[in-house]
Amino acid sequence: MSEPMRIRATLQGDVADVRILMRHPMETGLRKDAQGQIVPVHFIQNVTVAHNGKIVLDAQWSQAVSRDPFLGLRVKGAKVGDKITVTWTDSKGDKRMDEASVTGAS
Amino acid sequence: MHEQRRRFLLITGAGAAALSGLLPPFNADAATWNKAGFESKALNDAIKSLGAANATETRDISITAPDIAENGAVVPVAILSKIPNTQSISILAEKNPFPLAATFDIADSAEPYASVRLKLGETTHVRAIVKAEGKFYTASKEVKVTVGGCG
Amino acid sequence: MSSVRRWLAAFAVAALPCCLAAQTGPDGLALARKMLAEDNPGELWIDRGKDLFFQKRGPRNESLERCDFGLGPGKLEGASVRLPRYFADTDRVQDLESRLLTCMLELQGFKREDLAKTAISPALSNGSDIEALALYVTSRSNGMKMNVTLDHPREREMYEVGRYLFHRRAGQTDFACVTCHGEPDKRIRLQDLVNMTDQKEIQEVVGSWPAYRGSHGVVRTMQWRLSDCFWQMRLPELAYGSDVSIALTTYLHRQGNGAVVHVPGFKR
Repeated sequence: MSEPMRIRATLQGDVADVRILMRHPMETGLRKDAQGQIVPVHFIQNVTVAHNGKIVLDAQWSQAVSRDPFLGLRVKGAKVGDKITVTWTDSKGDKRMDEASVTGAS
Repeated sequence: MHEQRRRFLLITGAGAAALSGLLPPFNADAATWNKAGFESKALNDAIKSLGAANATETRDISITAPDIAENGAVVPVAILSKIPNTQSISILAEKNPFPLAATFDIADSAEPYASVRLKLGETTHVRAIVKAEGKFYTASKEVKVTVGGCG
Repeated sequence: MSSVRRWLAAFAVAALPCCLAAQTGPDGLALARKMLAEDNPGELWIDRGKDLFFQKRGPRNESLERCDFGLGPGKLEGASVRLPRYFADTDRVQDLESRLLTCMLELQGFKREDLAKTAISPALSNGSDIEALALYVTSRSNGMKMNVTLDHPREREMYEVGRYLFHRRAGQTDFACVTCHGEPDKRIRLQDLVNMTDQKEIQEVVGSWPAYRGSHGVVRTMQWRLSDCFWQMRLPELAYGSDVSIALTTYLHRQGNGAVVHVPGFKR
């Protein structure tokens, strides 16, 4: 059961500055655990970000993306209250979707 | 008959990555994962898998990354393309065992910008490849990777 | 203690490649540190710590809502900035983590050995409950200033013991904490050594714990930081929640009074 993402979407003019923190081990399959066993490969392969239901960014990742990955992007033509939906799929087929609303500049 | 078969292989094989740029980029499903690219060990193979073998060096791609990273496991890298009609941004770590790190397909309604954190195995050039109007552009920046101190 | 050893200790700290200074001083690392601190994965542990705090757990199936961190049961805002402090119910001066242990034992019925054994999680693991809880409770004082008072005689005593320990040379390296942390502009490879005898420098760091440690992929706490220093110095293992750890924490927090709490910090 994956842990929730943290999504911040702050309006700057009419561009939403979107910052996403995800929890994921992003294992390369090259690491050995304390018992000397290889920790199997397990990483997020796809991330999509949608703005009011329309995908605006579609990412493919390798295991070279860091553990507990971060993604930053900027969405044009955004307004306060717009929905930002983030979905990730990993190499084991697990999926996770979280949503947040665009807020005004603090 | 042979011609048809060759075309079929082209579409489903390595050519799929190059052809995908011609298809509408945003349908209901996420982009197929570029297995050939991500599993390339040689930098040139990774670049070829993107169709970017003849990418033009440019100053219109800005790479924000530290000169020195005290922890190679979490290196922040942000790419901003100033090239009009940018379709995608790919990021490679030239000296990594598998150089291709990420590809971002970007709709017109998002800025041609992406910020992530990468694992860098050693001091390396971080290379950005931008696809715009079917053409490829590239820039790179060296990031020194070292081990921290205490602990 | 021979003067040769004293000289060697000083040399080891002071002798750094001079040519590196220009490239690898604080400015060379500043960009990465800024980018990482702005979006800190440690924040995800705050949510987890909050869930754990309010969840009914342990053999007694109780939450931690009645835990007293010094301002009364369940009062979290401003509690961690007053720690360590004396608690009458345990007749001890306690820091945040040992106080969490107390509550998890008394309120929830957990066993001390089980908690102490797993309190510090392995690197690249999922992290421990105590790490998440310590971060959550400290985050409830974000923006507030460190304010350790020594009104109680046992608090004053703990401070004095901590100050003594900070300056006491021990173990096979003959180091004291002050050996590395008692002078300005010192570093080990890329890590700047905080001069803890300088109030401004210690204020800059004391409010940043617990912190997400990038190379470990988990949240690290003050208890971990001290035990890791002990390991660096080749001293005997620092027991979790021990009086030695609390004495040092009392000293360091008091030295850092006035520091603004801002957690989670981000460490390499």
